Amino acid sequence: MSATTVETHEAHGTTHETNTGLSNEKLAMWAFLGSECLLFGALISTYLLYKGRSTTGPKPHDVYDIPFTSASSFLLLMSSLTMVLALASIQRGDLRRLRLWLLATATLGGLFITGQVYEFTTFYKEGLSLSTNLFGSSFFVLTGFHGVHVSLGILMLLSLYGLSARGKLPAERSEVVELVGLYWHFVDIVWIVIFTVVYLIP
Amino acid sequence: MTTQTAEHAVDHPTEAKYWRIFFFLFAVTGIEVALYYWSIPGVNINNAALGALATLKFAVVVGYFMHLKFDSRLLRRLFVGGLVLALLVYTAYLLTMGVFIDAPHTH
Repeated sequence: MSATTVETHEAHGTTHETNTGLSNEKLAMWAFLGSECLLFGALISTYLLYKGRSTTGPKPHDVYDIPFTSASSFLLLMSSLTMVLALASIQRGDLRRLRLWLLATATLGGLFITGQVYEFTTFYKEGLSLSTNLFGSSFFVLTGFHGVHVSLGILMLLSLYGLSARGKLPAERSEVVELVGLYWHFVDIVWIVIFTVVYLIP
Repeated sequence: MTTQTAEHAVDHPTEAKYWRIFFFLFAVTGIEVALYYWSIPGVNINNAALGALATLKFAVVVGYFMHLKFDSRLLRRLFVGGLVLALLVYTAYLLTMGVFIDAPHTH
């Protein structure tokens, strides 16, 4: 006989049974993140395949600015810390700090995106566009997709901030913050891989 | 029939521990950037070291910031399953396309 597990959906004040004993939303988020590994795996391996096959310049290390990208990486890493502090805040019922850390996370994400726009603009001025060569195509598609994910994450964070400011995100709904946090940390770990594979390894 | 609550009693790290993890990740990133500029004389292990450090950072963020170390085994299987599948599929793809094979030298 299979075990029955009970999950409390505190947001609605109701009790639902799930076979796993886990929140379905959390389960879905982790399944989604597992599938995202395949998406970014495809983009990263396409970059690895094409980066050395360009017949015309510029080549990767003609355009990369490692100190600048390192600073951007630091911002995204810092945003993972502020995100986890936002979750810890709502879990202990400190909604003022929750809003502070959510805003800090969104700001750090915004600075990262600003840096990416600056980097793309600089590369374009140096003669590298989406259609210049195979390196340009695969680089812009990979980092562009990542940038879109960060931008979506910022929108989610600002939505959470708005909900909290209007009193619609009580401590009982901390799982919503946890789910957005999972997405945000995933965006960070994808950048950890991109930073090493694309920028640091020749 | 067994009944159990889904309110898993998990010991999440404290805020102080999150800060310590962040400073650790920051230090590892610093080492990565240093390895980009300086190689260890006599040995060519920079790429392997960069790969290992990125894997370490990845594991720490997933384990501690995403709480997968403390969460249900099922969630771990879902994520690691996708990750391992991606690694297998794309490693096979890159091997098939000859990405890891050095181009023949022309004399």
